Amino acid sequence: MEENNVKPGLFEKGGKLGWLHSTWDAFDTFLRVPATVTSKGAHVRDSLDIKRVMIIVVLALVPAALFGMWNVGYQHDLKLHDLPGFWNQFFWGLWKVLPLYIVSYIVGLGIEFTSAQIKGEEVNEGYLVSGFLIPLIVPVDVPLWMLALAVAFAVIFGKEVFGGTGMNFLNPALLCRAFLFFSYPSSMSGSLVWIARRCGADAITGATPLSYMSEGSAAMDAISNAGFSFWNMFAGTVPGSVGETSVIAILIGAFILIWTGVASWKIMVSSVAGALFVGWLGTAFGVTDVPAYVQLVMGGFAFGTVFMATDPVTSAQTETGKWIYGFLIGALCITVRLFNPGYAEGMMLAILLMNTFAPLIDHCVTSSATKRRAKKVSIA
Amino acid sequence: MSNNIVLKKGLNIPINGVAALETMRTIVPDVVAVKPTDFKGFSPRLLVKEGDKVQAGSPVLADKQNPDIILTSPVSGTVQAICRGEKRKLLAVLVKADGTSEAVDFGKKVPENLNAQEVKEALLKSGLWPSIIQRPYGIIADPAVTPKAVFVSSFSTAPLAADAGFAFQDDLEAIQAGVTAISKIAKVHVCVCGADSVFATLKDATIHTVVATKHPAGNVGVQISHISPIKKGETVWTLNLASLAAIGKLFLQGKVVLERKVAVTGPAAVKTGYVVALPGTPMTALSDCVDSEVETRFISGDVLSGENVGKDGFLGFFDNQVTFIKEGREREVLGWAKPFRFNQFSSSMAYFSWLLPKKKYDMDTNTHGGVRAFVCSDVYGKVLPMDIFPVYLIKACLAGDIDKMEQFGIYEVLPEDLALCEFVDPSKNDIQAIISDGIDLMIKEMA
Repeated sequence: MEENNVKPGLFEKGGKLGWLHSTWDAFDTFLRVPATVTSKGAHVRDSLDIKRVMIIVVLALVPAALFGMWNVGYQHDLKLHDLPGFWNQFFWGLWKVLPLYIVSYIVGLGIEFTSAQIKGEEVNEGYLVSGFLIPLIVPVDVPLWMLALAVAFAVIFGKEVFGGTGMNFLNPALLCRAFLFFSYPSSMSGSLVWIARRCGADAITGATPLSYMSEGSAAMDAISNAGFSFWNMFAGTVPGSVGETSVIAILIGAFILIWTGVASWKIMVSSVAGALFVGWLGTAFGVTDVPAYVQLVMGGFAFGTVFMATDPVTSAQTETGKWIYGFLIGALCITVRLFNPGYAEGMMLAILLMNTFAPLIDHCVTSSATKRRAKKVSIA
Repeated sequence: MSNNIVLKKGLNIPINGVAALETMRTIVPDVVAVKPTDFKGFSPRLLVKEGDKVQAGSPVLADKQNPDIILTSPVSGTVQAICRGEKRKLLAVLVKADGTSEAVDFGKKVPENLNAQEVKEALLKSGLWPSIIQRPYGIIADPAVTPKAVFVSSFSTAPLAADAGFAFQDDLEAIQAGVTAISKIAKVHVCVCGADSVFATLKDATIHTVVATKHPAGNVGVQISHISPIKKGETVWTLNLASLAAIGKLFLQGKVVLERKVAVTGPAAVKTGYVVALPGTPMTALSDCVDSEVETRFISGDVLSGENVGKDGFLGFFDNQVTFIKEGREREVLGWAKPFRFNQFSSSMAYFSWLLPKKKYDMDTNTHGGVRAFVCSDVYGKVLPMDIFPVYLIKACLAGDIDKMEQFGIYEVLPEDLALCEFVDPSKNDIQAIISDGIDLMIKEMA
């Protein structure tokens, strides 16, 4: 690309602060569209760029994030009755969630900028989304140092070692969660981590609906007895990770992603189909009495389906592959819920596992297409 | 058998500056360039020196590998200069026109009565042979090879492309003669846009009706992939209408006549329309069509696959369109973050261009973003009506993996076929250049 020489020489390569070129460039192009003009190939280009793609995803996440903040305060108030009123609950939740965002972005972007600087490349926008996702998929009281460590692990070993956004094969946000889960299980699961407490106070007991899955064929009764119904799980007024509870907020995000074409509706639809199928098998064979459609509103399934499984980099790349990939995610997620009572949230591992298999799915799809092409008869 | 080809995928780029359907003038140029760089696979050897007298049809350059393949002068005049670039690469031979219409006499012939060998010889001698492009690779056809078939697209869907019905309205007889002559060598397939096209009546060819409204349905590569995909070891030839008309005129008039109607288009053109011009006509002859105050890019061809020839450049051999667009060096503040950008087009629903489906845009050359790795996976296939996986092919080219390139269809494509993928690419990769490098690698490895 041809560079237009309007930037101050200070940050140019060879300038006094030339070693900060990538950082300068990131802020500069954040504020103003770069002056680069096409030099090869198509002389005009679509105005869509990766910054726009990423900001659309962030926008789609905003309803879930706002709801999550309110729900943090609301869940606290349900137990302790010390936060009267909607705004009290929202701002208390904001106050609780904001540090997660600050840590997520400072650590993650710090590593992104540093590695771009080392490689002498432009800073990738991918972390704008990952950094926004991470606070939404962890329990609100996760210690900040753990989060910092997990973010560093996810960004360095999940992304940068492979070459940055677009080269990674695992979803960095989920990798961050998996790191937390396996390293510090006591802060990530059980019934003591889901409801935010005040500084220094004791942990508050509050199980998520999913934790009753271990009741097997009596699970639905246990869920109802704990005060959960389909509709409050759908609305999201239940304990859980910050952003995952409200299916309504997630559906608003799904609408934005599908309308703009940023995320694949095929993956979303097939993931739901996979979950319904295995959920139905589960009830048909008496493994559980939770109807398949209730599975869709429990735990991280909806959030994972809409925002994590559809990550365009780590999902299947071929259109046929997307159907297979999505279906298997939904099916695996519910399978884990049915047969792993100790840890009922199957979505994280289902997606990470299918991230690993996505290249294989694509390989099968492309090679069968190639064979089909080779068989085409020539008519000329 | 139905010869309909229905294509749904694609994109029409809504760019301003379509050429008005009127012929503005006939350009009588002072200087005409013979550019070997227009022909992929042609390594030029000079047959003339400065000061030599040439006529229309006189040999100027020969191919080093195959000396039978020559390029001839489109006008009569004297050789004014030999232009060379880096490493003394021969860029152009400039012929100063003397204003006469002296031409080498190749003798009038009736195409029906010729055989394949006679057609080949006539084309080689007249310098019209290089107008035949061979696929795979888009190189000059090898006279020793008989192709599987010859394909002609009788229309272009490229942005602001010349209207074939208007541009060639006086050349129908010549095009028919050209088709008849070429059909002596191999079976000719002509793709027409809609059954009522004037070219649907061409004889000695199989007519295929393309039912489509979006680019790249007019690209011959796309049409071939739907008629008879090119497999390993096969070769096909392609010809455009301007070349067919020239071939027809060679037989009907006995001389090299390369004049064609050229569409003058683009958002930076202050006046649009058609001019009659020769390939190699200097862009300076069109300087009245642009605003000299605006930094303008002079493109020979269309905005997707044309060549940036600069204001001192020349019309390409295969082109019948010139596009003028503004260089986009302005920096839009917070462009990507604005909810509405009414003056920027995007085919994506992430912007709001869909609210104004009829609007035409004054597009410029800004890339609208920095280069990134491939992130989105489904935007490319939507604009490519071919049975290939574009991103896989591109990545195979980047990796230089010959086997994978073959598997993903490198034989079927030329860079122009993936031009729209490049246009919509949010990661701003130079996809056509990647494909072109991939093709160069294939040529080298397969030689």
